[in-house]
Amino acid sequence: MRRYSVRFVALGYLLVVLLGPLSMLFWRVYAEGVGKAWTALTDPDTGHAFKVTLELAAIAVPLNTIFGIVVALAIVRRRFPGKGLLNAFVDLPLALSPVVVGLSLYLLYGRTGWFGPWFTQHGVQVLFALPSMVLATIFVSVPFVAREVVPTLREIGDEQEQAAHTLGASGWQTFWRITLPSIRWAVIYGVVVTTARCLGEYGAVAIVSGSIQGKTETATLRVQEEFENLNLAGSYGISLVLAAIAIFVLVLMTRLRPREGVS
Amino acid sequence: MSIQVRHVSKHFGNFQALDDVSIDVAGGSLTALLGPSGSGKSTLLRIIAGLEQPDSGEIFLSGEDATASPPQKRGVGFVFQHYAAFKHMTVRDNIAFGLKIRKRPAAEVRARVDELVALVQLQGFADRYPAQLSGGQRQRMALARALAPEPEVLLLDEPFGALDARVRAELRRWLRRLHEETHTTTVFVTHDQEEAMEVADSIVVMNKGRVEQVAGPRELYDSPANEFVMSFVGQANRFGDAWVRPHDLELVLEPNGSTREAQVERVVHLGFEVRCELVRDDGEEFSVQLTRAQATTLELERGQIVYARPVKETVFS
Repeated sequence: MRRYSVRFVALGYLLVVLLGPLSMLFWRVYAEGVGKAWTALTDPDTGHAFKVTLELAAIAVPLNTIFGIVVALAIVRRRFPGKGLLNAFVDLPLALSPVVVGLSLYLLYGRTGWFGPWFTQHGVQVLFALPSMVLATIFVSVPFVAREVVPTLREIGDEQEQAAHTLGASGWQTFWRITLPSIRWAVIYGVVVTTARCLGEYGAVAIVSGSIQGKTETATLRVQEEFENLNLAGSYGISLVLAAIAIFVLVLMTRLRPREGVS
Repeated sequence: MSIQVRHVSKHFGNFQALDDVSIDVAGGSLTALLGPSGSGKSTLLRIIAGLEQPDSGEIFLSGEDATASPPQKRGVGFVFQHYAAFKHMTVRDNIAFGLKIRKRPAAEVRARVDELVALVQLQGFADRYPAQLSGGQRQRMALARALAPEPEVLLLDEPFGALDARVRAELRRWLRRLHEETHTTTVFVTHDQEEAMEVADSIVVMNKGRVEQVAGPRELYDSPANEFVMSFVGQANRFGDAWVRPHDLELVLEPNGSTREAQVERVVHLGFEVRCELVRDDGEEFSVQLTRAQATTLELERGQIVYARPVKETVFS
């Protein structure tokens, strides 16, 4: 009996908290009219918003992947002063509200900020343009690759790497031939989660981008815009596409996970 | 290739793993580093391989100072206790690794790998992954991998420690035979004195980061340098200031001037020989090794009072 009650609570919770709202979305798109949703989705500004979102992800994901692997290697394989601090800092974006991140960037690159005047002098537009949005997206999605890779690196230990060294492999060769293949599933999983986080980012980007239609508006900002303009069908339609991407990512992750044990 | 270790010290935190260790390993020899856990034997092996850096002291390989050179430049093959198999590669790719790193031609790599697969008797397993092999097979693969680039020194860190007794015995014989064929300078670490005696020509006994004695198996057993070696290599009983091996004690039923009274605690039948565990009148426990015939004649049983007489004693000053 107790076994079943645990399952019931777990499933019930998921149903109420996750699946309920999501299915509501489907239903509302249908109720408001699929045609209206389609019109909103095919609007050039919406297309542009998706393009901006993808651009941000295309820049932030590779950078955070490389950074995540380097940080994970440093945390697990090296000893240096300030290691504990680095370890804690990697998790900072998880604890910090994206709005606060956006605000800090806004202050830093604003007219009176530390870096703002310098960039203005050199004719580089940071705020309300792609650079600040990239910075905000990178910031919020920093932890995921490192968090996936650290436990895997710990688990595999460094004996295989030592064996590679005694067999004549340099540090670089050992990384490409031994370390990276051993952590590949963790890296892939981290990349998927990072991508999902980048696509879904709202708070930090909302502040630094200025949400300029057809310019600095991302898909999530577009949802907010349509909602405020009372174009509910459009807002739901775009949300639905974002939710579909999330579900696709979820399926991808569950397909990837079980294969880990095999290799 | 000969190995010279000169005044090597190493500590980890407060723990002194090696304390001014110097040893010479002759080229082509088969040497065991023997000692209890924490004696520094593995650390010494890892320093020779370049996997650890000594705090002070030097390592000479073939007479050249190799202290500062990284492991990949030392030309040593290393076998780990837990195999360190490359899990994402097949047996074939594991063995080929050192050759591919050296950019040997593909045909040569294939031929050498085939040769080694046959040498370690893994025919039919070449395309398997390490997870699909038994412990003994994995260790044989690790040996083949270490041997592939034809290292001048083969270093093995408790290579058979994780295997069951039967596989261990088989691999010991196999290592011995391999050495007779190739004459590669080989150093292996073990805490098992029987393994050291069976496989090695020369044994370095270590304790608490120091070398206690370097000798051949027979000399080590017959003339141990000190009490530690006496008690660690083979069984030994303490009789006052003297040490006596269990087979150097005679049991008789009647006392005479040089005997000690003792009570039989347990009689253990080990096939041909019989081990008798006894307690002396002062409460000290000791054991005696007898042939089956001797044990039968004495009709030993638990609780019986007998008299022990040392035939050969060793006293350390």
